[in-house]
Amino acid sequence: MMRSPMFGRLTGSEEILLPVRPLYLAVTLFVALMVNLLPLTGWVLALRPDFVALVLLYWGIFQPRKIGFMPAFLLGLAMDVADGSLFGQHALAYSVMMFAGIALHRRVSMFEMRQQILHVLPILLIMQLIVLGVRQAAGGQFPGWWYFLSSITGALLWPATDLLLKIPLRQRIGLDEA
Amino acid sequence: MEYTPPPFFRRGPSLLARLGLFVLLSLILLYADARFHYMEAIRRVVAIALYPLQQLADTPGAAASRIGNFFVSQSYLQRENDRLSHENFLHAGQLQSQQALIAENKHLRQLLELQERTEQTTTVAEILYVGRDSFTRKVIIDKGSSQGVEEGAAVVDDTGLIGQVTRTFPWTAEISLISDREQVVPAQVVRNGLRAAIFGVGYDGALDLRFMPVNADVENGDVLVTSGIDGVYPAGLPVAIVSNIERNAAYPFAKITCTPAAGANRNRQVLVLSRLAPLPEYPVAADTKKAKARKARKGG
Repeated sequence: MMRSPMFGRLTGSEEILLPVRPLYLAVTLFVALMVNLLPLTGWVLALRPDFVALVLLYWGIFQPRKIGFMPAFLLGLAMDVADGSLFGQHALAYSVMMFAGIALHRRVSMFEMRQQILHVLPILLIMQLIVLGVRQAAGGQFPGWWYFLSSITGALLWPATDLLLKIPLRQRIGLDEA
Repeated sequence: MEYTPPPFFRRGPSLLARLGLFVLLSLILLYADARFHYMEAIRRVVAIALYPLQQLADTPGAAASRIGNFFVSQSYLQRENDRLSHENFLHAGQLQSQQALIAENKHLRQLLELQERTEQTTTVAEILYVGRDSFTRKVIIDKGSSQGVEEGAAVVDDTGLIGQVTRTFPWTAEISLISDREQVVPAQVVRNGLRAAIFGVGYDGALDLRFMPVNADVENGDVLVTSGIDGVYPAGLPVAIVSNIERNAAYPFAKITCTPAAGANRNRQVLVLSRLAPLPEYPVAADTKKAKARKARKGG
Protein backbone atom coordinates (compact mmCIF):
# COMPACT_ATOMS: atom_id res chain seq x y z
CA MET A 1 0.00 0.00 0.00
CA MET A 2 1.17 3.48 -0.88
CA ARG A 3 2.29 5.34 2.19
CA SER A 4 1.40 8.99 2.21
CA PRO A 5 4.39 11.25 2.70
CA MET A 6 1.98 14.00 3.70
CA PHE A 7 0.11 14.68 6.89
CA GLY A 8 -0.99 11.07 6.62
CA ARG A 9 -3.56 10.42 9.25
CA LEU A 10 -4.71 7.03 8.14
CA THR A 11 -1.50 5.60 6.79
CA GLY A 12 0.74 6.58 9.65
CA SER A 13 3.14 9.14 8.32
CA GLU A 14 6.89 9.15 8.18
CA GLU A 15 6.87 12.70 9.43
CA ILE A 16 4.85 14.21 12.23
CA LEU A 17 4.42 17.91 11.72
CA LEU A 18 3.79 20.59 14.29
CA PRO A 19 0.20 21.83 14.57
CA VAL A 20 -0.56 24.76 12.32
CA ARG A 21 -1.28 28.00 14.11
CA PRO A 22 -3.87 30.36 12.61
CA LEU A 23 -1.22 33.09 12.56
CA TYR A 24 0.95 30.96 10.30
CA LEU A 25 -1.98 30.44 7.93
CA ALA A 26 -2.58 34.18 7.83
CA VAL A 27 1.10 34.93 7.18
CA THR A 28 1.34 32.45 4.29
CA LEU A 29 -1.83 33.84 2.70
CA PHE A 30 -0.52 37.38 3.13
CA VAL A 31 2.78 36.48 1.45
CA ALA A 32 0.85 34.83 -1.40
CA LEU A 33 -1.20 37.99 -1.83
CA MET A 34 1.99 40.08 -1.96
CA VAL A 35 3.45 37.81 -4.65
CA ASN A 36 0.22 38.15 -6.62
CA LEU A 37 0.49 41.93 -6.37
CA LEU A 38 3.98 42.00 -7.95
CA PRO A 39 3.94 44.35 -10.94
CA LEU A 40 4.52 41.81 -13.70
CA THR A 41 3.79 42.20 -17.40
CA GLY A 42 3.72 40.18 -20.59
CA TRP A 43 4.50 36.47 -20.62
CA VAL A 44 5.62 36.38 -17.02
CA LEU A 45 2.17 37.62 -16.06
CA ALA A 46 0.49 35.05 -18.30
CA LEU A 47 2.56 32.23 -16.83
CA ARG A 48 2.34 33.41 -13.24
CA PRO A 49 0.17 31.07 -11.21
CA ASP A 50 -2.42 32.50 -8.87
CA PHE A 51 -0.45 32.07 -5.65
CA VAL A 52 -3.37 33.08 -3.44
CA ALA A 53 -5.48 30.32 -4.99
CA LEU A 54 -2.64 27.84 -4.64
CA VAL A 55 -2.04 28.53 -0.95
CA LEU A 56 -5.77 28.65 -0.19
CA LEU A 57 -6.24 25.30 -1.88
CA TYR A 58 -3.25 23.86 -0.05
CA TRP A 59 -4.66 24.79 3.35
CA GLY A 60 -8.14 23.74 2.27
CA ILE A 61 -6.81 20.27 1.55
CA PHE A 62 -4.40 19.86 4.46
CA GLN A 63 -6.02 21.99 7.17
CA PRO A 64 -9.73 21.97 6.34
CA ARG A 65 -10.69 22.58 9.96
CA LYS A 66 -8.55 25.68 10.30
CA ILE A 67 -9.58 27.45 7.13
CA GLY A 68 -13.05 28.08 5.82
CA PHE A 69 -14.81 29.99 3.12
CA MET A 70 -14.33 33.37 4.75
CA PRO A 71 -10.60 33.81 3.99
CA ALA A 72 -11.20 32.58 0.43
CA PHE A 73 -14.05 35.01 -0.06
CA LEU A 74 -12.24 38.02 1.42
CA LEU A 75 -8.99 37.35 -0.46
CA GLY A 76 -11.09 36.96 -3.60
CA LEU A 77 -12.53 40.44 -3.06
CA ALA A 78 -9.03 41.80 -2.48
CA MET A 79 -7.83 40.25 -5.74
CA ASP A 80 -10.83 41.70 -7.57
CA VAL A 81 -10.00 45.20 -6.41
CA ALA A 82 -6.28 44.80 -7.09
CA ASP A 83 -6.94 43.53 -10.61
CA GLY A 84 -9.71 46.02 -11.30
CA SER A 85 -11.92 43.15 -12.39
CA LEU A 86 -15.59 42.61 -11.63
CA PHE A 87 -16.30 42.77 -7.92
CA GLY A 88 -16.91 39.21 -6.72
CA GLN A 89 -15.59 37.10 -9.57
CA HIS A 90 -12.53 35.89 -7.69
CA ALA A 91 -14.57 35.64 -4.49
CA LEU A 92 -16.95 33.25 -6.26
CA ALA A 93 -14.14 31.26 -7.87
CA TYR A 94 -12.12 30.95 -4.65
CA SER A 95 -15.21 29.90 -2.68
CA VAL A 96 -15.96 27.09 -5.12
CA MET A 97 -12.27 26.11 -5.15
CA MET A 98 -12.28 26.02 -1.35
CA PHE A 99 -15.33 23.78 -1.44
CA ALA A 100 -13.56 21.39 -3.80
CA GLY A 101 -10.46 21.41 -1.62
CA ILE A 102 -12.33 20.73 1.64
CA ALA A 103 -14.65 18.16 0.06
CA LEU A 104 -11.73 16.26 -1.45
CA HIS A 105 -9.26 16.72 1.40
CA ARG A 106 -9.37 13.10 2.62
CA ARG A 107 -8.93 11.80 -0.90
CA VAL A 108 -6.17 14.13 -2.10
CA SER A 109 -4.01 13.85 1.00
CA MET A 110 -3.92 10.07 0.57
CA PHE A 111 -2.07 10.35 -2.72
CA GLU A 112 1.57 10.97 -3.41
CA MET A 113 2.80 14.17 -4.96
CA ARG A 114 2.41 13.42 -8.67
CA GLN A 115 -1.11 12.14 -8.17
CA GLN A 116 -1.94 15.17 -6.06
CA ILE A 117 -0.94 17.37 -9.00
CA LEU A 118 -3.51 15.56 -11.11
CA HIS A 119 -6.14 16.46 -8.51
CA VAL A 120 -5.03 20.05 -8.12
CA LEU A 121 -4.92 20.83 -11.84
CA PRO A 122 -8.64 20.28 -12.51
CA ILE A 123 -9.58 22.22 -9.38
CA LEU A 124 -7.49 25.20 -10.52
CA LEU A 125 -8.91 24.89 -14.04
CA ILE A 126 -12.45 24.91 -12.68
CA MET A 127 -11.55 28.00 -10.68
CA GLN A 128 -10.38 29.75 -13.86
CA LEU A 129 -13.38 28.50 -15.81
CA ILE A 130 -15.67 30.16 -13.27
CA VAL A 131 -13.85 33.46 -13.71
CA LEU A 132 -14.05 33.00 -17.48
CA GLY A 133 -17.76 32.17 -17.31
CA VAL A 134 -18.51 35.24 -15.19
CA ARG A 135 -16.62 37.48 -17.61
CA GLN A 136 -18.29 35.97 -20.66
CA ALA A 137 -21.68 36.49 -19.02
CA ALA A 138 -20.74 40.11 -18.33
CA GLY A 139 -19.83 40.64 -21.98
CA GLY A 140 -16.10 40.02 -21.93
CA GLN A 141 -14.24 38.23 -24.67
CA PHE A 142 -12.17 35.07 -24.54
CA PRO A 143 -8.59 36.18 -23.89
CA GLY A 144 -6.99 33.16 -25.59
CA TRP A 145 -5.89 29.70 -24.56
CA TRP A 146 -2.79 31.03 -22.82
CA TYR A 147 -5.23 32.13 -20.13
CA PHE A 148 -5.24 28.59 -18.74
CA LEU A 149 -1.45 28.37 -18.57
CA SER A 150 -1.49 29.84 -15.08
CA SER A 151 -3.44 26.82 -13.80
CA ILE A 152 -0.87 24.49 -15.32
CA THR A 153 2.08 26.34 -13.79
CA GLY A 154 0.15 26.50 -10.54
CA ALA A 155 -0.36 22.73 -10.51
CA LEU A 156 3.31 22.18 -11.41
CA LEU A 157 4.31 24.38 -8.48
CA TRP A 158 2.24 22.26 -6.08
CA PRO A 159 5.23 20.22 -4.81
CA ALA A 160 7.23 23.40 -4.27
CA THR A 161 4.30 24.93 -2.39
CA ASP A 162 4.11 21.81 -0.26
CA LEU A 163 7.83 21.92 0.55
CA LEU A 164 7.86 25.64 1.34
CA LEU A 165 4.75 25.69 3.50
CA LYS A 166 5.91 22.67 5.50
CA ILE A 167 9.34 24.05 6.41
CA PRO A 168 8.22 25.91 9.56
CA LEU A 169 6.09 22.92 10.58
CA ARG A 170 9.00 20.49 10.79
CA GLN A 171 9.77 19.33 14.28
CA ARG A 172 13.12 20.41 15.53
CA ILE A 173 14.57 17.14 16.69
CA GLY A 174 17.59 18.80 18.22
CA LEU A 175 15.42 20.44 20.84
CA ASP A 176 14.14 17.13 22.13
CA GLU A 177 17.60 15.75 22.64
CA ALA A 178 18.86 18.81 24.47
CA MET B 1 -4.89 16.96 11.56
CA GLU B 2 -6.09 16.95 15.09
CA TYR B 3 -9.68 16.07 15.88
CA THR B 4 -9.76 17.05 19.55
CA PRO B 5 -12.42 16.65 20.94
CA PRO B 6 -14.79 15.47 18.24
CA PRO B 7 -16.84 18.63 17.72
CA PHE B 8 -20.01 16.88 16.76
CA PHE B 9 -22.21 19.63 18.01
CA ARG B 10 -20.23 22.68 16.90
CA ARG B 11 -19.76 21.88 13.29
CA GLY B 12 -22.09 24.55 12.02
CA PRO B 13 -23.89 24.31 8.73
CA SER B 14 -22.86 21.67 6.22
CA LEU B 15 -20.14 22.32 3.66
CA LEU B 16 -22.63 22.56 0.82
CA ALA B 17 -24.78 25.06 2.74
CA ARG B 18 -21.75 27.22 3.45
CA LEU B 19 -20.71 27.04 -0.20
CA GLY B 20 -24.24 28.06 -1.19
CA LEU B 21 -24.12 31.06 1.11
CA PHE B 22 -20.82 32.34 -0.24
CA VAL B 23 -21.75 31.65 -3.86
CA LEU B 24 -24.99 33.57 -3.37
CA LEU B 25 -23.10 36.44 -1.75
CA SER B 26 -20.59 36.61 -4.62
CA LEU B 27 -23.33 36.45 -7.22
CA ILE B 28 -25.16 39.33 -5.56
CA LEU B 29 -21.93 41.36 -5.53
CA LEU B 30 -21.24 40.48 -9.15
CA TYR B 31 -24.73 41.44 -10.25
CA ALA B 32 -24.68 44.69 -8.29
CA ASP B 33 -21.28 45.60 -9.76
CA ALA B 34 -21.90 44.56 -13.34
CA ARG B 35 -25.38 45.99 -13.70
CA PHE B 36 -25.62 48.94 -11.36
CA HIS B 37 -22.02 49.80 -10.37
CA TYR B 38 -23.08 49.88 -6.73
CA MET B 39 -19.77 48.56 -5.48
CA GLU B 40 -17.55 51.57 -6.17
CA ALA B 41 -17.60 52.75 -2.54
CA ILE B 42 -16.60 49.33 -1.18
CA ARG B 43 -14.03 48.99 -3.93
CA ARG B 44 -12.52 52.30 -2.86
CA VAL B 45 -12.26 51.17 0.77
CA VAL B 46 -10.59 47.89 -0.21
CA ALA B 47 -8.28 49.80 -2.56
CA ILE B 48 -7.15 52.07 0.28
CA ALA B 49 -6.42 49.00 2.40
CA LEU B 50 -4.50 47.39 -0.46
CA TYR B 51 -2.51 50.51 -1.36
CA PRO B 52 0.36 50.02 1.13
CA LEU B 53 0.61 46.34 0.13
CA GLN B 54 0.77 47.36 -3.50
CA GLN B 55 3.54 49.83 -2.73
CA LEU B 56 5.41 47.16 -0.80
CA ALA B 57 5.10 44.68 -3.66
CA ASP B 58 6.32 47.34 -6.05
CA THR B 59 9.43 48.10 -3.96
CA PRO B 60 11.82 45.37 -5.23
CA GLY B 61 11.16 46.23 -8.87
CA ALA B 62 11.42 49.96 -8.25
CA ALA B 63 14.68 49.52 -6.31
CA ALA B 64 16.12 47.33 -9.06
CA SER B 65 15.31 49.88 -11.74
CA ARG B 66 16.75 52.67 -9.57
CA ILE B 67 19.99 50.73 -9.14
CA GLY B 68 19.96 49.98 -12.89
CA ASN B 69 19.53 53.69 -13.63
CA PHE B 70 22.52 54.50 -11.45
CA PHE B 71 24.83 52.41 -13.62
CA VAL B 72 23.75 53.90 -16.95
CA SER B 73 26.82 54.52 -19.03
CA GLN B 74 28.22 57.98 -19.65
CA SER B 75 28.00 57.62 -23.43
CA TYR B 76 24.32 56.73 -23.24
CA LEU B 77 23.58 59.82 -21.17
CA GLN B 78 25.64 61.95 -23.52
CA ARG B 79 23.72 60.64 -26.52
CA GLU B 80 20.39 61.13 -24.86
CA ASN B 81 21.31 64.63 -23.81
CA ASP B 82 22.25 65.49 -27.39
CA ARG B 83 18.98 64.07 -28.70
CA LEU B 84 16.90 65.89 -26.12
CA SER B 85 18.55 69.24 -26.67
CA HIS B 86 18.05 68.80 -30.40
CA GLU B 87 14.38 67.98 -29.86
CA ASN B 88 14.05 70.85 -27.45
CA PHE B 89 15.45 73.19 -30.08
CA LEU B 90 12.93 71.95 -32.64
CA HIS B 91 10.04 72.20 -30.21
CA ALA B 92 11.04 75.69 -29.13
CA GLY B 93 10.65 76.87 -32.71
CA GLN B 94 7.26 75.23 -33.00
CA LEU B 95 6.19 76.61 -29.65
CA GLN B 96 7.03 80.18 -30.64
CA SER B 97 4.87 79.94 -33.71
CA GLN B 98 2.21 78.24 -31.64
CA GLN B 99 1.92 81.20 -29.29
CA ALA B 100 1.04 83.33 -32.27
CA LEU B 101 -1.36 80.66 -33.53
CA ILE B 102 -3.14 80.44 -30.17
CA ALA B 103 -3.62 84.20 -30.13
CA GLU B 104 -4.83 84.18 -33.71
CA ASN B 105 -7.17 81.27 -33.03
CA LYS B 106 -8.63 83.05 -30.02
CA HIS B 107 -9.15 86.18 -32.08
CA LEU B 108 -10.81 84.26 -34.89
CA ARG B 109 -13.05 82.39 -32.47
CA GLN B 110 -14.12 85.69 -30.95
CA LEU B 111 -14.83 87.03 -34.42
CA LEU B 112 -16.92 83.98 -35.27
CA GLU B 113 -18.54 84.06 -31.81
CA LEU B 114 -17.56 80.46 -31.16
CA GLN B 115 -17.12 79.12 -27.67
CA GLU B 116 -13.57 79.59 -26.51
CA ARG B 117 -11.42 76.59 -25.85
CA THR B 118 -10.47 76.30 -22.26
CA GLU B 119 -6.89 75.76 -21.29
CA GLN B 120 -6.22 72.28 -19.99
CA THR B 121 -4.20 71.49 -16.95
CA THR B 122 -2.05 68.40 -17.01
CA THR B 123 -0.78 66.03 -14.36
CA VAL B 124 2.34 63.94 -14.88
CA ALA B 125 1.85 60.40 -13.62
CA GLU B 126 3.78 57.18 -13.69
CA ILE B 127 2.39 53.76 -14.56
CA LEU B 128 2.51 51.62 -11.42
CA TYR B 129 1.57 48.33 -13.00
CA VAL B 130 -0.36 46.81 -15.85
CA GLY B 131 -3.79 45.52 -14.90
CA ARG B 132 -3.69 41.76 -14.26
CA ASP B 133 -7.23 41.15 -15.42
CA SER B 134 -6.74 39.27 -18.69
CA PHE B 135 -10.17 40.29 -19.99
CA THR B 136 -9.53 44.03 -20.13
CA ARG B 137 -6.68 46.34 -21.10
CA LYS B 138 -5.94 48.58 -18.15
CA VAL B 139 -3.02 50.20 -16.39
CA ILE B 140 -2.82 51.71 -12.93
CA ILE B 141 -1.08 55.08 -12.44
CA ASP B 142 0.33 56.58 -9.28
CA LYS B 143 -1.87 59.71 -9.20
CA GLY B 144 -5.44 59.65 -7.95
CA SER B 145 -8.34 61.81 -6.96
CA SER B 146 -6.31 63.53 -4.22
CA GLN B 147 -3.97 64.87 -6.95
CA GLY B 148 -6.86 66.10 -9.04
CA VAL B 149 -7.19 63.19 -11.46
CA GLU B 150 -10.81 62.93 -12.56
CA GLU B 151 -12.76 60.08 -14.04
CA GLY B 152 -13.15 60.45 -17.77
CA ALA B 153 -9.93 62.43 -18.26
CA ALA B 154 -7.83 61.65 -21.33
CA VAL B 155 -4.34 60.21 -20.84
CA VAL B 156 -1.54 60.77 -23.35
CA ASP B 157 2.14 60.03 -23.65
CA ASP B 158 4.70 61.87 -25.77
CA THR B 159 3.42 60.40 -29.03
CA GLY B 160 -0.35 60.26 -28.66
CA LEU B 161 -3.46 59.13 -26.87
CA ILE B 162 -3.15 56.15 -24.51
CA GLY B 163 -6.56 55.94 -22.91
CA GLN B 164 -8.99 57.35 -20.44
CA VAL B 165 -9.24 57.40 -16.66
CA THR B 166 -12.12 55.09 -15.77
CA ARG B 167 -11.81 54.72 -12.02
CA THR B 168 -10.14 56.90 -9.43
CA PHE B 169 -8.94 55.96 -6.01
CA PRO B 170 -7.41 58.41 -3.51
CA TRP B 171 -3.79 57.81 -4.61
CA THR B 172 -4.11 55.74 -7.74
CA ALA B 173 -6.25 55.74 -10.84
CA GLU B 174 -7.19 53.12 -13.37
CA ILE B 175 -6.77 53.90 -17.07
CA SER B 176 -8.65 51.95 -19.71
CA LEU B 177 -6.36 51.80 -22.73
CA ILE B 178 -7.77 52.56 -26.16
CA SER B 179 -6.95 48.95 -27.06
CA ASP B 180 -9.57 47.78 -24.52
CA ARG B 181 -12.48 46.19 -26.32
CA GLU B 182 -14.99 48.52 -24.70
CA GLN B 183 -13.17 51.74 -25.58
CA VAL B 184 -14.27 53.80 -28.55
CA VAL B 185 -12.45 56.95 -29.64
CA PRO B 186 -14.10 59.41 -32.01
CA ALA B 187 -11.41 60.26 -34.53
CA GLN B 188 -10.81 62.18 -37.68
CA VAL B 189 -8.55 61.55 -40.65
CA VAL B 190 -6.03 64.41 -40.73
CA ARG B 191 -5.76 64.37 -44.53
CA ASN B 192 -9.41 65.04 -45.31
CA GLY B 193 -11.25 65.57 -42.04
CA LEU B 194 -13.31 62.40 -42.40
CA ARG B 195 -14.80 61.43 -39.03
CA ALA B 196 -14.73 57.89 -37.79
CA ALA B 197 -14.79 55.82 -34.63
CA ILE B 198 -11.80 53.79 -33.51
CA PHE B 199 -12.57 50.63 -31.54
CA GLY B 200 -10.18 48.68 -29.37
CA VAL B 201 -9.75 45.03 -30.23
CA GLY B 202 -8.63 43.70 -26.87
CA TYR B 203 -4.90 43.36 -27.49
CA ASP B 204 -1.94 45.66 -28.01
CA GLY B 205 -0.69 46.92 -31.32
CA ALA B 206 -3.94 47.09 -33.29
CA LEU B 207 -7.11 49.17 -33.43
CA ASP B 208 -10.17 48.89 -35.65
CA LEU B 209 -11.68 51.68 -37.68
CA ARG B 210 -15.24 50.42 -37.90
CA PHE B 211 -18.36 51.36 -39.82
CA MET B 212 -16.52 53.01 -42.69
CA PRO B 213 -18.15 52.40 -46.08
CA VAL B 214 -16.19 50.32 -48.57
CA ASN B 215 -15.58 53.37 -50.73
CA ALA B 216 -14.52 55.64 -47.84
CA ASP B 217 -11.54 57.87 -48.60
CA VAL B 218 -9.06 56.24 -46.27
CA GLU B 219 -5.56 55.27 -47.34
CA ASN B 220 -2.72 53.35 -45.81
CA GLY B 221 -0.61 55.65 -43.68
CA ASP B 222 -3.41 58.09 -42.90
CA VAL B 223 -2.99 59.70 -39.50
CA LEU B 224 -6.05 59.65 -37.24
CA VAL B 225 -6.45 62.24 -34.50
CA THR B 226 -9.21 62.70 -31.93
CA SER B 227 -12.06 64.76 -33.31
CA GLY B 228 -13.12 66.22 -29.98
CA ILE B 229 -16.84 65.96 -30.70
CA ASP B 230 -17.47 63.61 -27.78
CA GLY B 231 -16.54 66.15 -25.12
CA VAL B 232 -14.18 63.62 -23.52
CA TYR B 233 -11.01 63.67 -25.58
CA PRO B 234 -9.61 67.05 -26.59
CA ALA B 235 -9.40 67.51 -30.36
CA GLY B 236 -6.19 66.84 -32.27
CA LEU B 237 -4.47 64.14 -30.20
CA PRO B 238 -2.80 61.56 -32.45
CA VAL B 239 -4.50 58.19 -31.99
CA ALA B 240 -3.45 55.81 -34.75
CA ILE B 241 -2.06 55.33 -38.22
CA VAL B 242 -3.96 53.29 -40.79
CA SER B 243 -1.95 50.18 -41.52
CA ASN B 244 -4.20 47.84 -43.49
CA ILE B 245 -7.39 48.23 -45.49
CA GLU B 246 -9.51 45.39 -46.84
CA ARG B 247 -12.24 46.51 -49.18
CA ASN B 248 -14.59 43.64 -49.88
CA ALA B 249 -17.76 44.57 -51.71
CA ALA B 250 -19.53 41.62 -50.10
CA TYR B 251 -19.57 43.50 -46.80
CA PRO B 252 -21.14 46.89 -46.19
CA PHE B 253 -18.08 48.19 -44.36
CA ALA B 254 -14.40 48.15 -45.11
CA LYS B 255 -12.13 46.34 -42.66
CA ILE B 256 -9.58 48.94 -41.63
CA THR B 257 -6.85 48.14 -39.16
CA CYS B 258 -4.65 50.79 -37.55
CA THR B 259 -1.54 50.78 -35.44
CA PRO B 260 -1.80 52.93 -32.33
CA ALA B 261 0.33 56.07 -32.29
CA ALA B 262 1.20 55.67 -28.62
CA GLY B 263 1.36 52.75 -26.29
CA ALA B 264 1.33 52.21 -22.56
CA ASN B 265 4.03 49.59 -23.08
CA ARG B 266 6.59 52.13 -24.31
CA ASN B 267 7.35 54.35 -21.38
CA ARG B 268 6.20 54.69 -17.82
CA GLN B 269 5.51 58.42 -17.77
CA VAL B 270 2.09 59.54 -18.91
CA LEU B 271 0.22 62.84 -18.89
CA VAL B 272 -3.31 63.08 -17.53
CA LEU B 273 -5.22 65.93 -19.18
CA SER B 274 -7.95 67.61 -17.18
CA ARG B 275 -11.58 67.15 -18.17
CA LEU B 276 -12.88 69.41 -20.91
CA ALA B 277 -15.46 72.05 -20.15
CA PRO B 278 -18.84 70.30 -20.24
CA LEU B 279 -20.58 70.44 -23.58
CA PRO B 280 -23.90 72.25 -23.81
CA GLU B 281 -26.93 70.12 -22.99
CA TYR B 282 -28.03 67.82 -25.74
CA PRO B 283 -31.22 69.30 -27.18
CA VAL B 284 -34.18 67.11 -26.32
CA ALA B 285 -37.06 66.88 -28.75
CA ALA B 286 -40.39 67.91 -27.25
CA ASP B 287 -42.16 64.57 -27.68
CA THR B 288 -39.37 62.51 -26.10
CA LYS B 289 -39.43 64.88 -23.14
CA LYS B 290 -43.09 64.16 -22.68
CA ALA B 291 -42.47 60.46 -22.94
CA LYS B 292 -39.75 60.69 -20.34
CA ALA B 293 -42.01 62.59 -17.96
CA ARG B 294 -44.67 59.96 -18.43
CA LYS B 295 -42.17 57.25 -17.71
CA ALA B 296 -41.00 59.04 -14.57
CA ARG B 297 -44.55 59.41 -13.36
CA LYS B 298 -45.16 55.73 -13.95
CA GLY B 299 -41.99 54.80 -12.14
CA GLY B 300 -42.73 57.08 -9.16
